[in-house]
Amino acid sequence: MQQILNPRSETSRVTEWHIRMQLLHYLRALNGISERELLRFIRQRERFVAALVRPLVWLFVFAAGFRSALGVAIIPPYETYILYEVYITPGLIGMIQLFNGMQSSLSMVYDREMGSMKTLLVSPLPRWFLLTSKLLAGNAVSILQVYTFLLVAWFYGVRIPLEGYLWLLPALVVSGLMLGSLGMLLSSFIKQLENFAGVMNFVIFPMFFMSTALYPLWKMRESSQLLYQLAEYNPFSQAVELVRFALYGQFNQFALWYTLATLAVFLSLAIIGYNPSRGMMKRKGGG
Amino acid sequence: MSHKPALDISQLSYSFGSKTVLDRIGFRVERGECRMLLGPNGAGKTTLFSLVTRLYDSGQGRIEIAGFDLARDGSKALSRLGVVFQQTTLDLDLSILQNLRYHASLHGMSRKDATRRIEDELERQEMFDRRNEKVRYLNGGHRRRVEIARALLHEPSILLLDEPTVGLDIPSREGIVRYMHNLCSEKGIAILWATHLIDEVAQDDRITILHEGRLVAQGDMAGVLQAADAADIESAFRNLTGHGMAH
Repeated sequence: MQQILNPRSETSRVTEWHIRMQLLHYLRALNGISERELLRFIRQRERFVAALVRPLVWLFVFAAGFRSALGVAIIPPYETYILYEVYITPGLIGMIQLFNGMQSSLSMVYDREMGSMKTLLVSPLPRWFLLTSKLLAGNAVSILQVYTFLLVAWFYGVRIPLEGYLWLLPALVVSGLMLGSLGMLLSSFIKQLENFAGVMNFVIFPMFFMSTALYPLWKMRESSQLLYQLAEYNPFSQAVELVRFALYGQFNQFALWYTLATLAVFLSLAIIGYNPSRGMMKRKGGG
Repeated sequence: MSHKPALDISQLSYSFGSKTVLDRIGFRVERGECRMLLGPNGAGKTTLFSLVTRLYDSGQGRIEIAGFDLARDGSKALSRLGVVFQQTTLDLDLSILQNLRYHASLHGMSRKDATRRIEDELERQEMFDRRNEKVRYLNGGHRRRVEIARALLHEPSILLLDEPTVGLDIPSREGIVRYMHNLCSEKGIAILWATHLIDEVAQDDRITILHEGRLVAQGDMAGVLQAADAADIESAFRNLTGHGMAH
């Protein structure tokens, strides 16, 4: 009775209820966005297979052939000489996430062309939350792909310490979000699907080849100082290094901060880009 | 908030660079009112809809939905709004049910509420039995019905329709026109309907006519006809804009 007579506690209860409802709304929306991403992914099985075949071809063919041509010295986090297949595995994990990031942005360009991005953007939640949720959902899919790839790699003989599979998870969240937000940023500046194909070539290949995914930095330094510099500050390199160290239960602080910083920059720019009155969605006023 | 208009627009302007697309537009849509927004291509109808749905958000002026200011209280305002865009915005690879569930989750509806509302709205559209079909396999008229069901799922105060009958056959068009007018009179939902088809305008509708970004006439049928010095809405539209209307 006392509580009912006390207007302050009544107000705070109402406020608390509103906050709870608000939180519930955010969670339900995040759940809905993730479910949709997963459903789309399941319905496009060829996408899953393609995402898996690509790194496996690199592992089975390229790495096997390259093994004799490239000797890898003992560099952290490795404590012994390793096979080239082992060296290239974190790079291929990065490749899966890079392609997935670009693929989900491709689907955003498609969504926008088809208009279903509008459904998302006119829903009663802040735009930053909607875009970040979409990014998280896309990342969850890429993490599934990575673990499936690692399972096949395990049978092939690329085995990492068991706890490495666990440490990998947080690293994948950060690296996947960074690469996904890069994809989202690119999609925010692209008006049509056709243009996106060109950007994929100009972004994916340079990022992948100018990185530590295929060869260690010291090897690059031997051939070109410029290439070495570019590779060192390539966000993809740092994402790969974050993953490489995590696989062996080690923490690469520089890689983490660098990846987080680039994630913040890419995501902020993407959110600005997706503001239709400022970014790419600005169109001629019709009708 | 029921005493507030479903939509209240005042002094709304918008420019693309130096080109003014909307110039100090103002009008209200009351609860249970069906307001037809008429205007030739390029009149600013799509821009107006993009501003009301917050797809564009830097216009000048004020937009209130069910009493909530879109600029200050965007989430609350948008939660009272339902939209059917001109082009389909359904996910073609998902089923009707999956599309509607996705929408319900974006509006924060619980699973139980969503299930009940989806059943209600799909039944009303006679689409419930087909709920597990992929949208890709539906014809244009059925896709539209699903989009209407979706727009009403969260029981909005106002429904925006951006030329929803474009590309549909005559029976589908007539069905939608009838359904929407019933919705206004029986459910008290407000509708703002952009169209350039004369046979979609009913005698009791309120009318707003846009031309080159300016509001050139508004009111009930009789008022607009008088202002345009015309005998019917088609002539009124021609007198005010210099364009004809389609049938």
